[in-house]
This record gives sequence, structure tokens and C-alpha cells, in this order.
Amino acid sequence: MKTLLVAEFREGKLRAEYSQLIAFAQQQQAEAAMFLVGSAGEVPKFNGTLYLADAAKYGEYNPTVHKQLLLDVIAKEQPAQIVFLHSSYGWDLAPRVAVALQAAQVSEVVSVDNGLPVVPVCNAKLRRTIKAITAQTVLTIQAGAFGMEAEPEGTPTVVEIDTGAAGKVQCTGYEAAKIEGVDLTKAEIIVSAGRGVGKPENVAMVQALAKALGGEYGASRPVVDAGWVEHNRQVGTTGSTVTPKLYVACGISGAIQHLAGMKKSDFIVAINTDRDAPIGEVANVLVVADLKQFLPVLTEKLGAR
Amino acid sequence: MNILICIKQVPDMESKFKINGEGTWYDRADLAWRMNEYDEYAVEQAVRLKEQVKDADLTVLCIGPDQVTEAIKKALAMGCDRGVHITDPYSAKREPIAIATMIAGFAKGKNFDVIFTGMQSQDRGSAQVGVMVAELLGIPAVTTIVGFAYDNGTIQVKRELEGGSKALVTATTPVVLTCQLGLNTPRYPTLPNIMKAKKKELLPLAPDVGGLGPRQETTACAFPEKKGGGLVLEGEIPELADKLIQLLKEKTTVLA
Repeated sequence: MKTLLVAEFREGKLRAEYSQLIAFAQQQQAEAAMFLVGSAGEVPKFNGTLYLADAAKYGEYNPTVHKQLLLDVIAKEQPAQIVFLHSSYGWDLAPRVAVALQAAQVSEVVSVDNGLPVVPVCNAKLRRTIKAITAQTVLTIQAGAFGMEAEPEGTPTVVEIDTGAAGKVQCTGYEAAKIEGVDLTKAEIIVSAGRGVGKPENVAMVQALAKALGGEYGASRPVVDAGWVEHNRQVGTTGSTVTPKLYVACGISGAIQHLAGMKKSDFIVAINTDRDAPIGEVANVLVVADLKQFLPVLTEKLGAR
Repeated sequence: MNILICIKQVPDMESKFKINGEGTWYDRADLAWRMNEYDEYAVEQAVRLKEQVKDADLTVLCIGPDQVTEAIKKALAMGCDRGVHITDPYSAKREPIAIATMIAGFAKGKNFDVIFTGMQSQDRGSAQVGVMVAELLGIPAVTTIVGFAYDNGTIQVKRELEGGSKALVTATTPVVLTCQLGLNTPRYPTLPNIMKAKKKELLPLAPDVGGLGPRQETTACAFPEKKGGGLVLEGEIPELADKLIQLLKEKTTVLA
């Protein structure tokens, strides 16, 4: 199947996640070409055609222009599927292309089952299998769902592309992530609070357990958004990606964005009242209990050791 | 200013889900319903914009069966001026382009300066509808905003990127903005505002997707297969704590 892969470029750098697009194409045994608005100085390692536009000229985030560049390549290549990462770049650009092509779009593909894409719904509690009935399909694939066994290699045949399209919005720069204070990526033990803590006062239970274990405390996104825990302690896609020896998830259901930030921890303990919570998929031990009752007892017993 | 906010009603994600009889979606029975969390940020930002510019009219639109008027009423109680309910008992079967077509059909010709919506819904999570509305209307869209400032027709937003950095983006009206969690702190409706909301206009409209045909279908909806052999501990709290400490001693080095 002819497939066009859409690689990404940000703050002057090629995003390494392009290898996941290649992994997806290889799994489908697809005939792949690649598209990138980036720089000739840093091209993906890939054996195939790379349609390359210059980010210095067309911008790194300039959706209307990137869409037109992409549509021109699609008109030439006639791919059966156009594959993006399900990322801030991909989920922004993919629907624009799908509307223009009048193509089905399937978001956040985690696997392919008998040729049909499978996507998570309801906070990853359920999975839907979707059949596109248009000639072309636009897909975004979930970060980390498709991985290569080896580093990508090869040298693409570069085809430079241009457009006269004008942008509608202007990206004026970037604001760096705040990294002052604690650095969770260096912690060996992390105890994290999720929405299940219920109220801000209960974060203290999580802090107490972290202290008893000699580790740091962290949190999932909803807890940080609510202002109960500071942002530099957020674990997940938009926070820190951590790999401690022990990760204890307290009242965290296990949204994909959180799992992506902690699933490579050496040993994972989840404490949750719902034994079907998605966090159970990555946990070595799932303690089915109300953390408000369980944490104080556990902390006391650890202290009395 | 003329502002549209598009919201969805979704089940509480902590609910126990069951698969429906057709095996294509969740069963709607016995679920607690609420406004899609991402849309709460959209409503709040619109209300704040009205508080800033004073002269603004906020229309909140929701598609779905009769019960979604509860979500519309919450948005009205938060400060929206009027509600539009596209009464569609089949909304859960509609694909994103169909939902976007209905919204764009309503918005066309009404000269909305800003259309706010959530960056995705908590149940479907396609992150497609907002962008598609903009494309159908031929106006710009900026997705995943976590910062917003308005000054005399110019809008400055921050887009959230992977790893916690942000892109600074400038746009002019008209524009569609899709809101990410953490953009603001959505207010709780006060009792007087809940009472006032009952008197606000709530216009029912029939669903209209024009001549749009299907582009995709759901062949199955199911619980994910449990993978990995994680140990599940259940029982009395003190015993659970003892068992966990024992496991940590055996399987990790952190209690050494």
C-alpha cells in the first residue's frame, strides 16, 4: 500500500519520532515516501523519497502552508494512506488534510488488527476498530505505539518542494519548559498522586509515603492542572519522562499521556480502587484499595520497619 | 464581539463502562454525565474574554440527545448568553467530519469572531472536530492552547508542545481555538447564575449534515486485552500493606 509519512521538525531540529512512522510502514509492509518541512542539513535516515520543504522559508508551525505543500505531494504520489504522529504537529495538521481530501481520518492508532486501525477511547478504557471507506485514509499514530527494533538507517532521495501559499497565523517563537526546582528524571523512587487523591489535602499522604521510601513525589496532569502540585513534578508526555527503580501510582487511572512518561520504570506499583484501570496494564503490582485508607497504613508500616 | 463555544456532553470517565448491544460503542445506560472537561476551559476562556471586552455575545452549541441540555445549562450558568441545541439522538454514531459539518453549517454567515472548543472529547478523543470546523469555514485554527490574550482583534496564544515547551502564535479574528487542559481555572456556576441561566434562550435545531456520506465505520468496540502478568492484590488494608512491603523487599532494591 502506498503510504506517505509526515515527519516533524521543531526548534531547528528533526524530531526523532519519525522512526515510529517508518516502523508503522514496515509493519504494514507499505511502500513509503516521506514528507518534511525541515532542513536539508538534517534529513531522516530512510531509504526512499523524501519530499522536503525548507522550514526557514515556510516556518515550523504554519498549518495552512504545510497543508498546501502536503496536498501537492499527495496529488503527485497518490498515497492510499497519509500517516502522521498523534502529536501537537500531527493532530493539528491531519484534519486539515483529511477535509481537503474528503478522506476518512482515524486518530491515535495504537495497533492494526486484520488491516483495520484500532484506537483508544474513553481514557483508554475501551478500544474501537475502524474501517475507512474512502479511497484515501489519514491516520495519526499514538506516540510510542509503533517502535523499531533497530535504529533507522538509509539515505533518502531528496525532492525539494515549494508553494506560493500564504500562512494565516504566525508562530513567533518558543517558550522553554520550566525546569527549576526538583528534577524527577534523576529520582530513584517516585510516588505520584492522581485524580483519585480527591482533594488537595490528600496530596500530603502521597508526600508522606514518598518521604518514608526516601523518594520524591510527583503527580499526573489533572492534579497539576488543579494547582495541587507544582508543574515541575508532572509525569507524562507534557511533563517529565521518568525511569526510577520504583514508581508508585496513587489514584492514577493511567491515561496514555501519563503511561508514556513512566512505563519504563523498573518496578511499578499502582494503588487504585478500580481493578480495570488502564494503569494495571503497566503495573507489576496493582493494589486494589482506597488510597486514603491504604497510604497511611503503608507509610506507618514502612516507618516502623 | 460574537463568540461561539462548541461543547460536548460525555460520561464521567470514572464510570464503569459497558459495551452496547451492537458492539460499536459504550452503553449509555447507568452513566453519570458531565460537560467534556476540555470544553469547560473553552467556556471559561470565552466568559473571561467577554469580561475583558464587555461588549460580547456568547453562544454555546451542543449536539446530542435531549439530556445534553444539562451541559448547555451549565455553560449558560458559567456566563454564556444563549444556547443552541442541535437535537440529534444519533450524535454518538456521527464521525468527526459530520459533527464539524453541523457546527460549520450553523456558524456560516453568523460572523463569529472567535470559536472556542476543547482540543478533544474525553470519550472519542479524535481531536479532529475543531480543526475541521475551521477548514470548512475557511478560517484559521490554532490547536491545543494553554495561554490566551486578546487585544483589539489580535490574539496571542501559547500552544502546548511535547516535553512541556510552548509555541507562541499570533492570529487575527476570525479564528477557531481548541483548548487544552490547564488553560485557565474553570469557574463553578453560582446559585444565582444557575437561576439566571434558566431564563436564557435555548434554541433547538434539527441536525443537518447536508449531503455528507459516511467515510468510516466502527467495526468493533471492546475492552482492551489485559496484557502483562501484573499481580493484583485485594483484601484487608493492613495485610495488603504487609504483602506489598514483602514484594518490594523481594523484587526491588529500594528497601535495602
